[in-house]
Amino acid sequence: MELQVQHALNWIEKTNEKIQTNKDYLSALDRAIGDGDHGLNMARGFQEAVGKTTSSSYTSVSDIFKDVAMTLMSKVGGASGPLYGTAFLKMSMAVKGEDSVSHERFTKGVEEAINGIIQRGKAKEGDKTLLDVWTPVLRMLQEQSDFEADSLENTAKSAMESTKDVMAIKGRAAYLKERSIGHLDPGSVSSYYLFASLAEVLKEGE
Amino acid sequence: MKKIINDPNLVVQDMLAGMVAAFPNDLKVVPNTTVVARKDAPVSNKVGLVSGGGSGHEPAHAGYVGQGMLDAAVAGEVFTSPTPDQVYEAIKAVDGGAGVFLVIKNYTGDVMNFEMAAEMAAAEGINVEQVVVNDDVAVEDSSFTTGRRGIAGTVFVHKIAGAKAEAGGSLEEVKAVAEKVVANVRSMGMALSPCTVPAAGEPSFVLADNEMEVGMGIHGEPGIARKEIATADEIAQELTQKVLDDIEFNSGDEVAVMVNGLGSTPEMELFIVNKKVHAMLADRGIKVYKTFVGEYMTSLEMAGCSVSLLKLDEELKELLDAESKAPAFRS
Ligand SMILES: Nc1ncnc2c1ncn2[C@@H]1O[C@H](COP(=O)(O)OP(=O)(O)O)[C@@H](O)[C@H]1O
Ligand SMILES: [Mg+2]
Repeated sequence: MELQVQHALNWIEKTNEKIQTNKDYLSALDRAIGDGDHGLNMARGFQEAVGKTTSSSYTSVSDIFKDVAMTLMSKVGGASGPLYGTAFLKMSMAVKGEDSVSHERFTKGVEEAINGIIQRGKAKEGDKTLLDVWTPVLRMLQEQSDFEADSLENTAKSAMESTKDVMAIKGRAAYLKERSIGHLDPGSVSSYYLFASLAEVLKEGE
Repeated sequence: MKKIINDPNLVVQDMLAGMVAAFPNDLKVVPNTTVVARKDAPVSNKVGLVSGGGSGHEPAHAGYVGQGMLDAAVAGEVFTSPTPDQVYEAIKAVDGGAGVFLVIKNYTGDVMNFEMAAEMAAAEGINVEQVVVNDDVAVEDSSFTTGRRGIAGTVFVHKIAGAKAEAGGSLEEVKAVAEKVVANVRSMGMALSPCTVPAAGEPSFVLADNEMEVGMGIHGEPGIARKEIATADEIAQELTQKVLDDIEFNSGDEVAVMVNGLGSTPEMELFIVNKKVHAMLADRGIKVYKTFVGEYMTSLEMAGCSVSLLKLDEELKELLDAESKAPAFRS
């Protein structure tokens, strides 16, 4: 299948629902190894993003991603605002010029998003940041030739869970060094919600 | 949660409006932003100084806006870095043609959001330079990780870089003196009780009645050790020693001392800490040129304090003494 405008809109809405539902959980994760605002930041940003996408009309997925990017960049703040904003902006650029998005294009978009996240945040896989979810998801996408909802959900989930046993090198949790081990990375959990929401949209679209 | 607020989601806007109302001749809010600027900004042919960060550190950062210090401060949500568009608005508001200098505290979010704003400004042809402050010795100094946090020592950067800009310093000169301050200032803090971010409604951490946390971050980031509460002398000893061990302080050196309250520690206690800090410096033959005791960089209602030392030379002394009309730092 290909991602149509309606799929992309549903994706953002579902992500927002998951983030609003788990807002306190995300903040609690961030309180343990950061400063306790990740749920607030993401909830503020995605609420506004959905406000924007539901009040506009779109003919391309690229434009949706661009509006999401701009909204996140101007509403979230903190570390996650520029990172998620950059990710959506890079995805928007990668899928520009097509009404709907093929698996191959989308994979390219995720790759570009990761490059953007690395350029901004200077982290690498294994540093206990949201890259620890994005990168395994990219590898999975690259191994497949079509969207597979279940493996997307499973890959993102196990990647998110594996951040628990890792010591933080980047972000606020890095101040804790060894004591960051044993806690999930909040940004990886919000990234899991993002990909889990996409998996749900793909299932409905089949 | 017990706070004197209206809507927890509007604390920043409400605070800024009230602050500008208190200093109507000195400060203004740039319309439709969370930027507080000098009333007379932009000052033509002067380097514009912009700082900022999450709210909740009052009087930082807007209290340091004024002649001789910052030209603008950008307020983010409580403890959350402001977004690039807001920082960009601040840059535009203070650009008087001689370039704009950004003072950034070393947190991943602050650095990224300010750098994105700097890129936006550069694209518009505004000359932007920056310094990243990382004075917190509680954190290991490492370029491999996130590195040290910026805390109360940042106020010295605002003061001294601000004085340099006010005296007509070029963008390069302002940057050079700001880097000199960063190289010579070190701080460390401790907390007795946590604080509660209004929109979160829950304290950032929990400490038992007999506990203190050493090396706390100013956003409630956990510190390096949790121990039984000690006397003021022991606390001052631990913080000051860590600072002294970090850069070379020699007998005969002159320093500025800052004993900073985190929000709900009475001045009485800060002065008791200061007494010990001075005694330790005297023991080592280090001369105190100037002392600042009070609330300069708070963490909402956290109880606790930080100690900062800035090693001075003639240039830094002169700039530290220069006139400032910022509401929270008059000199
Ligand atoms: N340098 C970085 N590169 C990639 N992701 C990062 C980086 N720093 C932090 N993050 C992600 O951001 C999340 C924290 O976001 P948030 O709490 O909203 O911002 P802040 O750390 O400024 O309070 C972390 O859990 C981590 O996943
Ligand atoms: Mg956080």
